[in-house]
Amino acid sequence: MRLTDLFQRGEFVVTAEVGPPKGYHIDHLLHEVDEYLKGRVHAVNVTDNQSSVMRLGSLATCIALKNRGLNPIFQMTCRDRNRIALQSDILSAALFGIDNLLCLTGDHTTLGDNPQAKPVFDLDSVSLLHLVKKMESGEDMAGNALDGEPPKFSKGAVVSPCSDSVDVQLAKMEAKVKAGAEYFQTQAVYEPEKFIKFMEKAKQFGVPVQLGIVIPKNAGMAKYMNANVAGISVPDSMIAELQADKEKTKAGITGVEISARIIKECKAYCQGVHIMALGWESKVPDILKLAGM
Amino acid sequence: MLITQLKSKEAIEALVKGKVVIINCHGCKEVYFPEHEAEELQKELAANGNVTTVVTTDYICNPDHQCLQLKKHMDKIADADTVLVFSCGVGVQTVASFLEDKKVFAGCDTLPLPGFQGVTPLEFDCGRCGECYLNYTGGICPITACSKSLVNGQCGGSKNGKCEVDKDMDCGWERIYRKLEKLNKLDTLKYPAKVRNYNHPDMVSEDN
Repeated sequence: MRLTDLFQRGEFVVTAEVGPPKGYHIDHLLHEVDEYLKGRVHAVNVTDNQSSVMRLGSLATCIALKNRGLNPIFQMTCRDRNRIALQSDILSAALFGIDNLLCLTGDHTTLGDNPQAKPVFDLDSVSLLHLVKKMESGEDMAGNALDGEPPKFSKGAVVSPCSDSVDVQLAKMEAKVKAGAEYFQTQAVYEPEKFIKFMEKAKQFGVPVQLGIVIPKNAGMAKYMNANVAGISVPDSMIAELQADKEKTKAGITGVEISARIIKECKAYCQGVHIMALGWESKVPDILKLAGM
Repeated sequence: MLITQLKSKEAIEALVKGKVVIINCHGCKEVYFPEHEAEELQKELAANGNVTTVVTTDYICNPDHQCLQLKKHMDKIADADTVLVFSCGVGVQTVASFLEDKKVFAGCDTLPLPGFQGVTPLEFDCGRCGECYLNYTGGICPITACSKSLVNGQCGGSKNGKCEVDKDMDCGWERIYRKLEKLNKLDTLKYPAKVRNYNHPDMVSEDN
């Protein structure tokens, strides 16, 4: 089921994200998905060697989720494949009935666990979206005809609404929309007022936006993200909230409360929510419940 | 320009077997060569092994010049088991091609470095992409100023205006955006998706 169809129906689209393991055993991942996500979210993103850390492939994991009755979103980065491999994988996804793509540039290879790898970046998020659109019209990047019925996808992209250079991000968002992006998932939001301001500007593009949530696990994680993760800033008051009752935070209750609160505050300004649980998939049901969904 | 760095002492010692001829190229305006370090290392090699001669020249990559320079050392070279060349990769290849029956080894690793020795500053680099983007980007090169050489705008990895790869490096696309903003030319960035063309038949690829 294409995400765009859900947005068109006026659904508040709820998605979550899973990261494939560093190995090929996905029993644990499938268990988490069955237990906590199935029936609760519209679709599940599968990350593509997230943070440049080598893992099981996104496409293979998407197929496993599809076979399990879930609706996968195939994340594609431009870091590891040139345009030939990207196009080939897009066709492979179509073969398996995967019709949701999320097109990203990807983190640089030097940030991951194989920093010696060659960074590819033959395409980037914008030209990848352009490519998918081109393939949907029946030709490859170079203009050669595809055999048979062309594939059709929901083409997603990402944006950082709380970036310290939000104007530069908006310019990129516009380029993505022009290139074919039909929905956006955002980087983690901890400052609803910044998100709402961003949405006031972003709504001119006329594409649905899903609020990004990363469950804050503890104060250390929040501080780490502030120092190292682009586009994220956790306010001091929230760090204090995570520090106030250590047991409650450890049990995940504080993180769930903060996440649900952000969703509630932003819900009227966006068209969905995307929860990046980072291993805390078990908290997703509580967040959705507390947020009133 | 290029910069040559000595390989590790262990790596070089492992290459040196039997009688050794060393060839140093003190270069050209394109290559920076670590003369002092090379000299120190070669002194140690000579003390520990059988270095029969050291030839120091320039422009070793020019075949005619090389031929002339090596001519007077050909007896030593003919007698040597190994020829160890301290030069950029071009120099080593020229020597290996000229001395086709000899074991010719490189004593250096060669890396690219922006600018030209003593001529242009290091902070401006041309990626020699063959499809100049500078007219779109306020005169700041996205190929060399962006770690990912992105041509369609900033990625999500910029934090406080710095690049995700190196916190001391300004984000190239932040610079481009601010420059165009200052010039009141932000509309320049509203171009359709750009796709790099790596197929330049008349250009020998220098990227890997």
